Amino acid sequence: MKLSREEVEHVALLARLQLSEEEVELYTEQLNSILGYAEMLQKLNTDQVSPTAHAVQLVNILREDEVRPSMSRDKILMNAPDEEDGFFRVPKIV
Amino acid sequence: MTMFKSLEELHNRLVKKEISCVELTRSFIDHIDSVDSQVKAFLTVTADSALIKAAEVDKKIAGGESLGPLEGLPMAMKDNMCTEGIPTTCGSRILENFNPPYDAAVTERLKAAGAVLLGKLNMDEFAMGSSTENSGYHPTANPWDLESVPGGSSGGSAACVAAREVPFALGSDTGGSIRQPAAFCGVVGLKPTYGAVSRYGLVAFASSLDQIGPLTTNVRDNALVLNAIAGHDPKDSTSVPFVKPDYTQFLENNVKGLKIGIPDEYFASGLNSDVAEVIQKAIRTFESLGAEIERCSLPHTEFAMPAYYIIAPAECSSNLARYDGVRYGYRAEADDMIEMFKKTREKGFGQEVKRRIMLGTYALSSGYYDAYYLKAQKVRTLIKQDFDRAFEKYDVLLSPTAPTTAYKIGEKSDPLAMYMGDVYTIPVNLAGLPAISVPAGFVDGMPVGMQLISKHFEEGTLYKAAYAFEQNTAYHHQAPALLKEVR
Repeated sequence: MKLSREEVEHVALLARLQLSEEEVELYTEQLNSILGYAEMLQKLNTDQVSPTAHAVQLVNILREDEVRPSMSRDKILMNAPDEEDGFFRVPKIV
Repeated sequence: MTMFKSLEELHNRLVKKEISCVELTRSFIDHIDSVDSQVKAFLTVTADSALIKAAEVDKKIAGGESLGPLEGLPMAMKDNMCTEGIPTTCGSRILENFNPPYDAAVTERLKAAGAVLLGKLNMDEFAMGSSTENSGYHPTANPWDLESVPGGSSGGSAACVAAREVPFALGSDTGGSIRQPAAFCGVVGLKPTYGAVSRYGLVAFASSLDQIGPLTTNVRDNALVLNAIAGHDPKDSTSVPFVKPDYTQFLENNVKGLKIGIPDEYFASGLNSDVAEVIQKAIRTFESLGAEIERCSLPHTEFAMPAYYIIAPAECSSNLARYDGVRYGYRAEADDMIEMFKKTREKGFGQEVKRRIMLGTYALSSGYYDAYYLKAQKVRTLIKQDFDRAFEKYDVLLSPTAPTTAYKIGEKSDPLAMYMGDVYTIPVNLAGLPAISVPAGFVDGMPVGMQLISKHFEEGTLYKAAYAFEQNTAYHHQAPALLKEVR
């Protein structure tokens, strides 16, 4: 599988990354090099192997469904790049 | 105080009132002032709050109260662990102005233990890198040679301990980011079992691999710090409920009968011959102490790197989707939302981060998920099974921590060549195992690290082996020439 320039531009859009012309070129080359290296995984037959998402066995633990204090609105908004009337402000959407 | 021997020594000096906590803290701040312009380990120095905290500890001492083992002792944390009200940048421009509204679990625990935070440490942006050259701020230098890298991504943590700017620091390890810089800087670095230390409040990179751990100048100190930070945390759903031992109880100078496996694959091509010789000498030391040494095989080792460089970027692309300039961090102005996201992320992230986001987004995208991500997770199972089989026979596996010593800043520009520096540490993260890097010797004046790996939650066995090695060698007593100059 070889990534084209167009595919790299599409992936950048999916990842919400604006790339310069030079970056598209650089990443096309570097991604192909890294994915080419990852191709060696295909040498292994893993048909009968289960995937490992977590290396340590865990079971879900649910806490009691009880009301607890939450973080204050001021604290949540203290790092907001732009806020108004207790809301995060962003460019107009509709 | 720059040539302190151990945390215990500093603790005793406080208890015996040979030095006040304010004096101790000030001496470390002065030392940071004198060397950090060269080492550049710190992103933020919290001198004022440290001195206030130190004065509180002095009040306790004056009141005759007893002190915990870390109480009043200076420390610093990698800048990807949240500290309420203190900037936490993750080495990224996108978080330049971020002041966390809460503490990470490790911050809370160290505060509860009475440790004195001296500041936040430089790192590769979002912990992606092996040299601390990828920080959004500045590269950190290796105290043993200021023209060389300290390793990464916890390069700030390792360098500041090596330069004795603090007696201990916390780092995080996703593919070797505690152990590799510990090796390059000649200090002790432990990557605990996945789930042994809470990741609550650690800025996530690759959530199934990231783990916080201590960097110290010796093994006993490392065990003392792990005592303070390990243990179950209900706020982290991946934290494992386990009975936490007192890790210092494992520190005995005795490895008679300890079964140590030497994996052939970790001594193959790519390993620098001088580094190999240092590690062979370390193996002979263990042998002379009565450990049982045997060669063994971890046959899927060569597949760990490619599996990691699919899994880690995939998880990173998901985790870093939150940096959109809406709720925190840098925002680029634009007329519509999509443009705002794209420009914010373009300006806020550095090259390595963008490369991994792109790689991960591609590996998880429709049509490629099975070929890359699922395949890599299956290979991860094979790697874990290799270790499971080895640990049926051996207590500990021994290897070099890194294939070379620290290289010069700017020497490696090809990402794949850079990634190879983590070839011996990555399999451990994929399997969630604990591993420690301890100073094992020098090549051309630069430190070499030895890695010891054990079963899940067997950090005690690692400490036992590492402590015995340390008691019978003197490498950890050596300090960079930089310190002799400032003394």
